[in-house]
Amino acid sequence: MNWQIELIILAIVIICGISALSVKDLLSAAILFGAYSFMMCLLWAIMGAVDVAFTEASVGAGVSTVLFVAAVYQTSRRTKD
Amino acid sequence: MLTVFLGGLLIYGSFDFPLWGDPAAPASIHVSPYYIENTLKDTSVPNIVTAVLADYRGYDTMFETVVIFAAGIACLFLLRTYKTVEPDIQLYRHIPTGITLRIEKGGKFPADSRYFERLDSAWVPYGLIVKTTCRLVIPFIQIFALYVIAHGHYSPGGGFQGGVIMGASLVLFAIAFDLRSAIRRMGERVIMLLATLGVGIYAGFGILSMLLEKNYLDYSVLANLFAFDPASAHSHGILIVEIGVGIVVMAVMVLLYYILASAGKNDEGL
Repeated sequence: MNWQIELIILAIVIICGISALSVKDLLSAAILFGAYSFMMCLLWAIMGAVDVAFTEASVGAGVSTVLFVAAVYQTSRRTKD
Repeated sequence: MLTVFLGGLLIYGSFDFPLWGDPAAPASIHVSPYYIENTLKDTSVPNIVTAVLADYRGYDTMFETVVIFAAGIACLFLLRTYKTVEPDIQLYRHIPTGITLRIEKGGKFPADSRYFERLDSAWVPYGLIVKTTCRLVIPFIQIFALYVIAHGHYSPGGGFQGGVIMGASLVLFAIAFDLRSAIRRMGERVIMLLATLGVGIYAGFGILSMLLEKNYLDYSVLANLFAFDPASAHSHGILIVEIGVGIVVMAVMVLLYYILASAGKNDEGL
């Protein structure tokens, strides 16, 4: 039905995942990971798994981003490799 | 190289899965119809996911809770440092007048009194707008968290999500004010006691049902204890268990934030 929307979201998920791995700035990687989680949450909601979507939105996009930012705050912001 | 190989193996394995929404899949033939037909009759819970998660598959959820608890304890052991190095310069605020005192090494630090408040050494004056907004928003977030826990029977949500939202409200407090005042309100000891209490509620409820001559985590004991019919006894049992899960998840989230934001020292940071 809404396969165009699904396709766009899936593309954004893949782009976010690859760029979160390849970006040099750790803070951007944390935020990209949050965006990835949010898009995954939308995908779960489209597939009808609302409970999983809720968990993904609260844990993946919410708290784990904060934990990543708190961890980046303690190290240097740019990676070496 | 190895990653690509393993990923290819996983994708190859996923071809054997039944198609998404396939009515002939084994899960759709044997398992799902039972839950769909009997959940409302057995537990009087309209949300089948919650009923399966907390009642039919209660062991799984209990050990998920224990895994979260164990993860919190592992982070505590790995990251917490108890050696505190006091910085040379300490900042204090005289609470009645609002004056900030900067005391260098060799000076006399004011003792713990209600007139002086210790500030972070990397202290920046926080904006009034942020503090006031968070003070207004945090109660609503906490009410929403309690709603998610209690309303998990009827709508998506439950102990895990509600606990995370509750923990997020406390983390928001720690960000908007400072970590020191958050820890003063809810210390490490309180957090660990809460986490243990949550696991204790879950496991203790199972032991209670064993003491009353039923199977472990058989919620129909409540029907004998109080005058419930068995279905609503299951419903209330699910609520008790969800509250336990929520307490554990909230405590572990806050604990992880404290440890990460202060680099294990649990005094000041972010």
